[in-house]
Amino acid sequence: MSSSPKLHYKTVFDIPKEELFAPGHGLCAGCTAGTIVKLLLKVAGPNTVIVNATGCVEVSTTTFPYTSWRVPYIHVAFENAAAVASGIEAALKVLKAKGLIDPNKRVNVIALAGDGGTADIGFQALSGTLERGHKLMYVMYDNEAYMNTGIQRSGATPQYAWTTTTPVGKVLRGKIQFKKPVAEIVAAHRIPYVATANPAHFLDMMNKFRRGLEVEGPSFIHVLQPCTTGWRFDPRLGIKIARLATETAMWINWELDYGEFKVTVPVPKRKHVKHYIRLQGRFNHLTDRDIEEIQKMVDSEVERINKVVGKEIIGPVVE
Amino acid sequence: MTLQIKRLASWREVPVGGAITQPGNSVNRPTGDWRVFKPIINQDKCVRCYLCWVYCPEPAIKIIDRPYKTSSGREWKMTFEVDYDYCKGCGICVEECPVKAIDFVEEVK
Repeated sequence: MSSSPKLHYKTVFDIPKEELFAPGHGLCAGCTAGTIVKLLLKVAGPNTVIVNATGCVEVSTTTFPYTSWRVPYIHVAFENAAAVASGIEAALKVLKAKGLIDPNKRVNVIALAGDGGTADIGFQALSGTLERGHKLMYVMYDNEAYMNTGIQRSGATPQYAWTTTTPVGKVLRGKIQFKKPVAEIVAAHRIPYVATANPAHFLDMMNKFRRGLEVEGPSFIHVLQPCTTGWRFDPRLGIKIARLATETAMWINWELDYGEFKVTVPVPKRKHVKHYIRLQGRFNHLTDRDIEEIQKMVDSEVERINKVVGKEIIGPVVE
Repeated sequence: MTLQIKRLASWREVPVGGAITQPGNSVNRPTGDWRVFKPIINQDKCVRCYLCWVYCPEPAIKIIDRPYKTSSGREWKMTFEVDYDYCKGCGICVEECPVKAIDFVEEVK
């Protein structure tokens, strides 16, 4: 397998102008899920089947009798987005074998789910799909809680974050447990392509979507999605916070392409995590000492990533 | 823009499975009235970098094939415009504009 594929989207002018995601959906003002889904459809093109688990994107883009999707779309329950997507992929294979559709026609099957539908509820369906090796792409937009039902904690909620089920009071000060490293768990399935992406680095994200659709076999893209309602920040700051997540190394954009690990957005000079945390209301209760503790966690994670890559791809804290 | 459905459809008229037969028909549901602040693109300052068009979650930024000549004499082939039927006024474009060419003013009705 040839390593380091050529980047398809090099500048903003390479992005297709065709719009397959219609305006008029009900996502919150400033919700970056709109940005992610819009760019995903620009990469995938019209020959695409979207399988959407219950979640923010589903409830807001398909309020009956309206839909914002200009591609075939199916809504399924929280648990089985991956299972339904693998069924669709198998059905397409049969239709091609029977000659009912052109065997050379490329149809993208994309499963789209939030962090609750991936990390918690839909995990066994996802794991089964990856193990069976269906050719589909699974995109997880991670807003770090069940935002659709009212900000309940999920497996992907980071430590110390306030949610309605991990309230801040005398006993509890935000979530106790760590964030589940979903992309790494998926990578352990030895599938062809796993990546983490961030809407602020949109060209990097789109190249990953494209690579995920190209590979023969399952691929998984974990996308950070700042949530204005649940993370408690001003709607205009969504992309800025996403960018800060990478600049502070709270979020590392990496890809694992046929076993080859690469950090796609190097950060030569890292910022202190307080820049990221102090913008969000869900971390309002944290003292400076707590933030230092988070900084230590991030430092050890950066050290681990640098060790895997073999050089200092993410630099020291400067600011 | 008027709402498509004037009365409730009977069950005989609903497609099997409640399928929606018109793709992208949410364009009939304008969300522009959610807006409190209104982004206004200053065409003279705009450098046509496409970033607002990329980041807009709606998508409510339109690329229009209309040449524009700035006051300093620079000519552009196209113009970016905000679609106020759908813009929810989140301000991501205002925050992300590299030349601060988008003003954010309070909506006055």
